[in-house]
Amino acid sequence: MNIVVLVKQVPDTYSERKLADADHTLDRDSADAVLDEINERAVEEALQLQATHGGEVTVVCVGPDRATDAIRKALSMGADKAVHVSDAALHGSDAIATAKVLAKAVGTVEGVDLVLAGNEATDGRVGALPAMVAELLGLPALTHARKVEVDGSTVKVERETDEGVFFLEASLPAVISVNEKINEPRYPSFKGIMAAKKKPVSTLAIGDLGVDAGEVGLGGSWTQVTEAAPKPPRAAGQRVEDEGDGGVKVAEYLVGQKLI
Amino acid sequence: MVDFRISEEHEALRKTVEQFAREEVAPVIGDFYEREEFPYEIVAKMGQMGLFGLPYPEEHGGMGGDYFALCLALEELARVDSSVAVTLEAGVSLGSMPIYRFGTREQQERWLPQLCAGTALAGFGLTEPGGGSDAGATRTTARLDGDEWVINGSKCFITNSGTDITQAVTVTAVTGQTPEGRKEISSIIVPSGTPGFTVSRKYSKVGWNASDTHELSFSDCRVPAANLLGERGRGYAQFLRILDEGRIAIAALGVGLAQGCVDECLRYVQEREAFGHKIGTYQAIQFKIADMEARVHTARLAYYQAAALMLRGEPFKKESAIAKLVSSNAAMDNSREATQIFGGYGFMNEYPVGRFYRDAKILEIGEGTSEVQRMLIARHLGL
Ligand SMILES: Cc1cc2nc3c(=O)[nH]c(=O)nc-3n(C[C@H](O)[C@H](O)[C@H](O)COP(=O)(O)OP(=O)(O)OC[C@H]3O[C@@H](n4cnc5c(N)ncnc54)[C@H](O)[C@@H]3O)c2cc1C
Repeated sequence: MNIVVLVKQVPDTYSERKLADADHTLDRDSADAVLDEINERAVEEALQLQATHGGEVTVVCVGPDRATDAIRKALSMGADKAVHVSDAALHGSDAIATAKVLAKAVGTVEGVDLVLAGNEATDGRVGALPAMVAELLGLPALTHARKVEVDGSTVKVERETDEGVFFLEASLPAVISVNEKINEPRYPSFKGIMAAKKKPVSTLAIGDLGVDAGEVGLGGSWTQVTEAAPKPPRAAGQRVEDEGDGGVKVAEYLVGQKLI
Repeated sequence: MVDFRISEEHEALRKTVEQFAREEVAPVIGDFYEREEFPYEIVAKMGQMGLFGLPYPEEHGGMGGDYFALCLALEELARVDSSVAVTLEAGVSLGSMPIYRFGTREQQERWLPQLCAGTALAGFGLTEPGGGSDAGATRTTARLDGDEWVINGSKCFITNSGTDITQAVTVTAVTGQTPEGRKEISSIIVPSGTPGFTVSRKYSKVGWNASDTHELSFSDCRVPAANLLGERGRGYAQFLRILDEGRIAIAALGVGLAQGCVDECLRYVQEREAFGHKIGTYQAIQFKIADMEARVHTARLAYYQAAALMLRGEPFKKESAIAKLVSSNAAMDNSREATQIFGGYGFMNEYPVGRFYRDAKILEIGEGTSEVQRMLIARHLGL
């Protein structure tokens, strides 16, 4: 079974994250860049499926040159090869533009049975990309998976959202996005780290994928960020002196906030 | 020219262990420490990551890395906690390394796969109740009786000797006399559970409280003659080699602890206020942290260089002694200053710096005391 995992490099959630003033895109220099945690889980799931069903795991990444670090991490976890789409024209692409490029990039991998992705990146938090890629590829989309099982040419997924748990089934090939509960990703071993160096990474520009520069980037995106403001610092809490009526005051406050 | 840049792979490993320590060790280790409990789950995860196999070739179940890779992993673990770091340090440099360096093919095949996987641990018993620094004065004896060694004596302070997953302890024992009339010392592998081999209750320690340390006794303990590690009479030379390289690993551990103090303080002084200002704005505090950083930096260069010499196959005894001396000093000084910077909170067990303070002291004692390091350095200067 050949699996493609869509991975993204994001600013480390442990570091301070900033937006560039000029165009409201991510200031990539301001934070350490890492493979998104949710993508680590997607890679882990692919590796576990590969362990049972065989085949190859390919990671596909759209991102600037330094995203090679995130790709290396996925390869050191055990993925077999990678496709990296890097092009200056992609700067500022929105979800749809990115999905177009990703779908084309997935198309360069032969005999794909399954496309795995995280359900939502920790930076942009759009959460729509896997469904968009599925739409563009004409494949079923099974999102928010907390469990994935492949049986022959069908895949069964437990989809968990705020509404509840749904039991889904689709025929392969399909696109699946995973949530935080899917698994605990492995840490790469030194053997894996050294092996990753020798694994093939094909680096493509959008021209290689037949994508026109006008369809992507800030200019080609359907959505635009018109304004951005940093989160206001957390306001100091409200202090309640307990003069015997502390409980009542706390309850009144919670009622005022419509919390109880 | 000298070049202290580390390779991309080593850097990737360092980052991986840094992430592991932050995510898997930091949140839970304080509780293990309080309960003086060995953290089996963490050790199992370290095993899955291949940390116990770092310096060994793949044919033995290792990761195909080198001793420097092990040192980097130790430094990153010790930045967060020294108990898990020393469990790895002793597991590799005292547990599996003697078998890898001096063992027969059969001994390697029997022990290394599970030791490299971290599913089993082994210890090295050199120190005795009567003395550790003068390790040549060993009183434990082993007598060959037919095709068995009969061991009598006791060992103390032996790391990783009594966990549920400990499978063996290699012990040094007097096996006869040399032609010059000196003690002939040999190393023998004693599997855990061998009749006559008793592991006493674990010690109550000042630090390293989530690590495993026991006193061991041997009373007519019989093991096959084939358990002799390497050649008879080579025990002294073997443990000198093991300790020389082990010092680089302990130095890495000390650097990690000293770095952990800097990390913790940098965060704290930018939050804590006194007299209306963040304490990090006071020069007295800044200078303490600057000195702490300078100590970590020098100690790190010292162990990098000692490791580089060792890996190039050049003499490294003096440099490893210096690295250990400088690094344990840095750990002591930094943890004292860090505790001071944290004020009363520094004295509370729930903050890592208090744990660092308690864990630092042993670094001036284990694997050769600071006095022993100075003796070694002085000897290399011809004194
Ligand atoms: C937590 C812990 C874990 C340990 N793990 C292990 C282990 O796994 N395996 C193992 O074999 N050992 C282990 N040890 C033992 C450790 O290596 C010894 O404690 C150490 O080598 C010192 O030996 P000693 O305690 O007998 O002190 P001694 O040798 O009795 O020394 C006492 C003091 O005298 C000083 N001294 C000794 N000789 C001289 C001299 N010639 N000149 C000047 N000063 C001198 C020493 O520096 C020290 O300050 C461990 C110890 C601890 C506490």
